[in-house]
Amino acid sequence: MWIELRGVSHEYGGRRNLVDVSLRLEKGDIGCLVGPSGAGKTSVLRCVAGFEDVCGGEILANDRVLSRPGLTVAPEHRQFGMVFQDYALLPHLNVLDNVRFGLHALARSARRSRALEVIEMVGLGDVLQSYPRELSGGQQQRVALARALAPRPRLLLLDEPFSNLDVELRQHLSAEVREILKHLGITALMVTHDQAEAFAVADRVGVLRDGRIEQWDAPYNLYHSPASRFVAEFIGQGVFVAGQMTELGRVRLELGEMDGELNREFPAGTDVDVLLRPDDIVHDHDSTLRAEVCGKSFRGSDILYSLCLPSGDHVLAAVPSHHNLQVGEHIGIRLQAEHVVVFPRPRED
Amino acid sequence: MRIEQTVSARDAPGLRHTTHHRVFWLLVAILIATPVSIVLLQIGSAALAPRSDAWAHLAEFVLPRVIGNTVWLVIGVTLSAAALGTVLAWLTAVCEFPGRRFLAWALLLPLAIPGYVLAFVLVGMLEYSGPVQTLGREIFGPDLAIPAIRSRGGVILVLTLCLYPYVYLIARNAFQTQGMRALEIGQSMGLSIRSGFFRIALPLARPWIAGGALLVAMETLADFGTVSVFNYDTFTTAIYQAWFGLFSLESAMQLASILVLFVFVIVVLEQRLRARADFAATGSQGTGLGRLRLGRKSAFAATGFGFLVLALGFVIPFCQLIVWTFGSGSEFDARFFGYVWQTLVVASLGALLTTVVAVCLAYAVRNRGGPARWLARWATLGYALPGTVLAVGVFAPIVTLNNTVQELLVRAIGPGAPQILLQSTLVAMLLAYLIRFLAVAHSPVESNLLRITRSLDENSRILGVSGWQMLRRVHLPILRGGVLAAFTLTFVDIMKEMPITLMTRPFGWETLAVRVFEMTSEGEWARASAPAVAIVLVGLIPVITLTRGSSRVD
Repeated sequence: MWIELRGVSHEYGGRRNLVDVSLRLEKGDIGCLVGPSGAGKTSVLRCVAGFEDVCGGEILANDRVLSRPGLTVAPEHRQFGMVFQDYALLPHLNVLDNVRFGLHALARSARRSRALEVIEMVGLGDVLQSYPRELSGGQQQRVALARALAPRPRLLLLDEPFSNLDVELRQHLSAEVREILKHLGITALMVTHDQAEAFAVADRVGVLRDGRIEQWDAPYNLYHSPASRFVAEFIGQGVFVAGQMTELGRVRLELGEMDGELNREFPAGTDVDVLLRPDDIVHDHDSTLRAEVCGKSFRGSDILYSLCLPSGDHVLAAVPSHHNLQVGEHIGIRLQAEHVVVFPRPRED
Repeated sequence: MRIEQTVSARDAPGLRHTTHHRVFWLLVAILIATPVSIVLLQIGSAALAPRSDAWAHLAEFVLPRVIGNTVWLVIGVTLSAAALGTVLAWLTAVCEFPGRRFLAWALLLPLAIPGYVLAFVLVGMLEYSGPVQTLGREIFGPDLAIPAIRSRGGVILVLTLCLYPYVYLIARNAFQTQGMRALEIGQSMGLSIRSGFFRIALPLARPWIAGGALLVAMETLADFGTVSVFNYDTFTTAIYQAWFGLFSLESAMQLASILVLFVFVIVVLEQRLRARADFAATGSQGTGLGRLRLGRKSAFAATGFGFLVLALGFVIPFCQLIVWTFGSGSEFDARFFGYVWQTLVVASLGALLTTVVAVCLAYAVRNRGGPARWLARWATLGYALPGTVLAVGVFAPIVTLNNTVQELLVRAIGPGAPQILLQSTLVAMLLAYLIRFLAVAHSPVESNLLRITRSLDENSRILGVSGWQMLRRVHLPILRGGVLAAFTLTFVDIMKEMPITLMTRPFGWETLAVRVFEMTSEGEWARASAPAVAIVLVGLIPVITLTRGSSRVD
């Protein structure tokens, strides 16, 4: 099933917290919403689920209107599944009965076999009779997923599903969830505050800010051609440095000229800000361009150096970790970027 | 092409629908808060009404003594129960001595014995013709002088033994969360254990101890049965006398209005304290590593003291009751089962009503929040109103209502209209129970309802389980424990309740508590003992549940 939001707006307590949100998920795609807290991610999810009424725009699924001002198809009639942040497991039911909870549409005899099938799929076959309080956080998460998947929902919604788990489990589970969803061909929409998680799971990622969608795009595009300064700063690491457009459509920086693919064109001579990602600057022993190390953070396979340029600007560089320099030493660097992200410099006044 | 589903109004909870829903739950909360408001209005308007002759009599001969008695009683019981409860809590929570584990829960047992039962047992045992004095005279000769038990000191002793568990329970929790930490902090700063207790542990636990002490003060103000046995006149007995002796409901309400002022002061103190205690919550559980080992002599003293309190507050009176019950002159026959039956009827009806209302109130707060929360706090304030006050405060409006309805009937049908007599039904009694015990039923229901989070509801809806199905499959199973606890607690409280039952019962309606009152006011201790034993045994149920909860912490 595909789902589409067209210009959806939503009010909460008299305040408009979603403005003109549009996005579309094709059948079998996994979408992910990221953004700072309070940006309205969860509100989008709740509108799609039918828990909230929209006050503008419409939500469609397979050409049917699910929500528009004055009409909200009730959640129980949407045949969606949802995984809640707190899992919302029923404390008085064991794993099997929790998963069986939503299977009332099936014949009585089919319920048990369907529940067992899904439980097996999420790998909980050996804790069928356990109660939620006896399970670890990761297991509870799997029960919640199994319960949401059991009735074969047309769309699966996930509200920060991994936020209560520790980092390692989170990475492991998010990969597993993607595999399961892709295997079943289920369309899914997930909310997270962790962009690494979004990139790992999603086919399409939306960046929300103050109730608006800044960009709805594939992860690759979000990273390499962000639509706004906000997206550029929010996604991945990087800093902006001052530059100027040249006659040849290149960008001149203190570090040299960049000749990668530009995200948009500007007339020559325009003052711009250029986004430099840590992987845009590489270590080059022979380079004449040298910068002072003013901070470092060891990350295992590489070291993220914070470098101080002669002008006083700071940039980040990810350098293979056998180049272990001390703060205060100098390092030769070179620009190497295939994508150049440029924004007009805001007027200072 | 866009196909719009046909959606019924229920499927599209638009703004209008939500508004109706909110108004409905607000109305429920208002309705539930109404009875207590009517009672207070009734009492308040009586206070402003012109004084009758009966009042002149009361003001001259009764009021001065009653005020003095009440004030001294409240001060005496509150202070001694606070001291006793704190000491016992400290000993069992932090120290180590022989018998500590047993005493830790056994010291809650006196909660099962209502004050009026302990009172008549002690009076019966210690009066001139009682077993203790008789034995004393046989040993020491006829001139033995034992201070009279029927005195202010006697009442204070009895109420202290009954009410100290309130302080004990709360203070013990506080000391337990502190653990040895408080003392260790003291020692690290060079304080001895003794000054560590007074300068760190005690001040830390003070908000809780004070909270427990105010509950004790409230119960003391409300007490009717104990002071009746001692013929010690307080406001509650004066209210009873004004109504049933002087037949002046008006003056009874005027007395009640003064009592309400006392209660008001305590409630305000308690609410302020509660806010502060929340603020001062110390968070994590104490490490629980090690206890303070007492020296031989102090350990012996601690054990002895603990068992003395237990013996006086529970073991001796209970044994005496058993002896009387199975001795001659006891009332353990067919009449007894009649009282049991009538008690079961009112206690079940009252508990059922109170529990149902408590559930409605909890849902109103959940679904409406804001104003409903305030109304709930107001509605549950009834626990602070003494039974005697509630009895007169509920009875008078019901009489008024009855007369109004009767008048309308006569006007509509003519002189042949049927006689109605609301005040001779169970209505007044049940309403008074409801007001008094709503708080008791509300708190377990509310805390269980908090476990049904919004996401549980939403999860259920998105899986297609909504409306009654959701109530049956999600809410009911989770609420069951809390509802059961609410019913049990109110059932037991109603069963022990004396003044409301005594003053508002239909003619000829005899419960166990009423029977105890009637027999003790004639000094027939043995005849009062069978109903008293039944009350104590049922009263043990919540105490045992409570001790299970507290022993798990150990």
